[in-house]
Amino acid sequence: MTISANLAFALPELILAGSALLLLVAGAFAPTQLRLVGAGAVVALVAAAIAAAVQPYGRAFSGSLVSDAGTVFGEVAIYVASAVAIPLGIAWFERRGVRNFEFPVLILLAALGMGMMVAAGDLIALYIGIELQSLALYVLAAMQRDNAKASEAGLKYFVLGALSSGLLLYGASLIYGFAGSTVFSQIAIAAAGGANTGLLFGLVFLICGIAFKVSAAPFHMWTPDVYEGAPTPVVAFFAAAPKLAAMVLFTRVLANAFPGAAHQWQQVLVALALISVAVGAFAGLVQKNLKRLWAYSSIANIGYALLGLASGTAEGVQAMLVFMVLYMIDVTGFFACLAALSRKGRPMETIDDMAGLMKEQPGIALAMTAFSLSALGLPPFSGFFGKVYVFKAALNAGLWGPAVIGLVGSVVAAFYYLKLIKAMWFDGSAGTTDKPPFEARAIAVATALFAFPVVILALKGLDAAAATAARAFGLA
Amino acid sequence: MPLLSLITFAPLVGVATILGLRLTARADDAKNINATKWIALVTTLATLALSVLLVARYNPNDWGFQFVEETPWFAGIAYRMGVDGISVLFVLLTAFLMPLCIAASWKTIETRIHEYMIAFLLLETLVIGVFCALDLVVFYVFFEFGLVPMFLIIGIWGGQRRIYAAFKFFLYTLLGSVLMLAAILFMIGTAHTSSIPELMNYHFSPAVQTWLWLAFFASFAVKMPMWPVHTWLPDAHVEAPTAGSVILAGILLKMGGYGLLRFSLPMFPDASHLFTPLIFAMSVIAVIYTSLVAFRQTDVKKLIAYSSVAHMGLVTMAIFSGNAQGVQGAIYQMLSHGVISGALFLCVGVIYDRMHTREIDFYGGLVNRMPWYAAVFMLFSMGNVGLPGTSGFVGEILSVVGAYKASTWTAILATTGVILSAVYMLTLYRRVVMGTITNPKLEAITDLENREIAIFTPLIVATLYLGVQPNAVFNLTAASVDHLVRVYQATTGG
Repeated sequence: MTISANLAFALPELILAGSALLLLVAGAFAPTQLRLVGAGAVVALVAAAIAAAVQPYGRAFSGSLVSDAGTVFGEVAIYVASAVAIPLGIAWFERRGVRNFEFPVLILLAALGMGMMVAAGDLIALYIGIELQSLALYVLAAMQRDNAKASEAGLKYFVLGALSSGLLLYGASLIYGFAGSTVFSQIAIAAAGGANTGLLFGLVFLICGIAFKVSAAPFHMWTPDVYEGAPTPVVAFFAAAPKLAAMVLFTRVLANAFPGAAHQWQQVLVALALISVAVGAFAGLVQKNLKRLWAYSSIANIGYALLGLASGTAEGVQAMLVFMVLYMIDVTGFFACLAALSRKGRPMETIDDMAGLMKEQPGIALAMTAFSLSALGLPPFSGFFGKVYVFKAALNAGLWGPAVIGLVGSVVAAFYYLKLIKAMWFDGSAGTTDKPPFEARAIAVATALFAFPVVILALKGLDAAAATAARAFGLA
Repeated sequence: MPLLSLITFAPLVGVATILGLRLTARADDAKNINATKWIALVTTLATLALSVLLVARYNPNDWGFQFVEETPWFAGIAYRMGVDGISVLFVLLTAFLMPLCIAASWKTIETRIHEYMIAFLLLETLVIGVFCALDLVVFYVFFEFGLVPMFLIIGIWGGQRRIYAAFKFFLYTLLGSVLMLAAILFMIGTAHTSSIPELMNYHFSPAVQTWLWLAFFASFAVKMPMWPVHTWLPDAHVEAPTAGSVILAGILLKMGGYGLLRFSLPMFPDASHLFTPLIFAMSVIAVIYTSLVAFRQTDVKKLIAYSSVAHMGLVTMAIFSGNAQGVQGAIYQMLSHGVISGALFLCVGVIYDRMHTREIDFYGGLVNRMPWYAAVFMLFSMGNVGLPGTSGFVGEILSVVGAYKASTWTAILATTGVILSAVYMLTLYRRVVMGTITNPKLEAITDLENREIAIFTPLIVATLYLGVQPNAVFNLTAASVDHLVRVYQATTGG
């Protein structure tokens, strides 16, 4: 295949890389034009999403880049989620006097990394994607340079992220050593039967590395600190799209490179899932800061997504994809609400801050109630349908024990969501709030309306799209 | 015309209108608040009218589901609605009690009227949805979402320990229902359908039935509630506002009994048969134990709450007797208890609104100042005891007859509950209403006002009418109940 033929499969990535460089140069000449650079980045992301939606299926660059229904599903969801994060962040930073034009560019680079992750067909592309994404995220976490907490968050994220990259690389090198190839399809041949101890060793390290990225327990330690320290709109971004990217990558590695070792990785995934659900549920109980609380909630929810993947069936992958998309919308909405709320310029971040919100800001309070109930998995909110998919897949795969434990874990977690709802609805007001800014409120309302009732109508389409994407991974 | 969807979602029109009022106008605007109350009342009355139409157009000779609607949804799950003889009257009961609840809250709820009315209207939609749903997932959506408005009703407008009660209510019921969710998903995966009528004809293997039965039972037993998972109920009742208690006792508890009739008996007949002795034992303990507990209460509402648990014990016993009398008796008992316990909580509300205490010792001699109230309270106390001529009698006698056919000892022991209920109800009545006024604070208490009389009138009529005309109900339920029992007995060889 010629270079240009290969590049046809990488059009969305090319758009992103090109516009990131272009905007970087443009920003250097007009460093205060944050809004202009942001608008350019949104356009680039939308264009990339469209290009991804219509891209041809196939493999490029000797198999290191895969384009199939799974890639398309992941890329479209990631690019759209990234585009939403840009206006939210720009307005937030502007209100705080931070006018770094790098913010939209970094989002673009992170989106490019995530696009590569979901399209990765070999270990090298996998690593480059993950690193590109992670490096952009480290910087994003520390965007507020003069804020000690944000810098701490960035540093912590970087150190632990580097450790996980080390694990991942070590696993990748072991796999390469034993399989003799970095391409997933070649590894699959070497790993058929699942008896090669060296390969399995490498696989476990690889899983640990990716588990870091999705913040599955026991590799979750960075999550609460980073969520707490990073700027709220940045959290809205990296609690959503990167998780989906890493989950799709996870699926790609397990399904394409190790289909023969399904029994082995299934056990690891079930363990990760159950520990995540337990840690997310119990550790969340004592949190007072909402960003930390939501970090634990995200750990629990990743547990559910992993449970879907652990089913090892196409149904399970479909469940995971539906779950992750619904969860992404949820979490974006919740952090948009948080970004919208402040009292005399001071951000409201603890449960106590939310006291009496139903009287002060009924619209935002209703939205946050919807997101909380959705994350708890209560019908008719979107999170419930995600859980229906995941647990149905797990039960059909015979994982009834983990499924029941997971469901009981959600009852434990219910307590902290209820605490938040209690503060907003039952308690007396803790003072007047500032008028919520337009973009944050608009995103909060739009996502809340999706969580209910739009989801009722959207499910059919999402079901079909996720089913097509799931079949592309080749599991039964 | 999709009549069932119309009835189910009619209250949502009210919800949307009130939400609009809340978000656009100032919350404490008197005109706005008044409009809110009227919108809520009119919406519930319209729903009632539609429900009456539904019952009138229901064909009692057909045992199958009627007014069936089906629209595909996602992943093989469809929006399916329909009613049969078992569910149709619960729809009417819900629609009947709701306007009374709104009217009962007219003056007593002073804060956050918009949210209050929204919660009640939403609850009405969800409860009616539970009784009409013919798809497992749709059923679960309605069933589970009902927790949220009730959580808010208890938590915002409740008494002193409302937060504790609200959390306990929510977490208890949630734990029960997630197990049911696991069972539901397993059933869909195994039978490849989520349609309730189809699942009724699907035969699960006995071993699987046992697990599924237990999972459903976990949910329904908490909801009923059955001894020993009943402890959330007294807390919830005591803390809930009057109308909240009416809904809780009158309708929400019936969802448990309805669930047992709709799922456990027809879908898991072998397991139901297997667990019948367990149910009988739990029911008998519930009847005797909670009656004794009720006798010792010092709080009027708590006493009636425990009495509800005892009455529900009779219902579970009757359901699992597995014969036509028992099942008919259970349905009748649930309908009658819905009316009578609702009325009793309203009776408590009347004196609570005036004196702001529910301590039994505070009262005494009310008959001297409130003759009309004494008469009304007397009637419903007798109804709760099961005096012939009231609806309570019909349900109890049939339940006991049904149980007698299945297990003599169970029936005999459960009958003591009828005696015990007379003991605690008459004692309560004597201490609150009879005698002379000893507490000087009661000297100025006033009798029922017109609004309260208007609320009690339909309840009195219903209690007496059902007491003397039980066939009005049996004509509607007979065909479906006979079919249910016939299939059940054919499967279990009973």
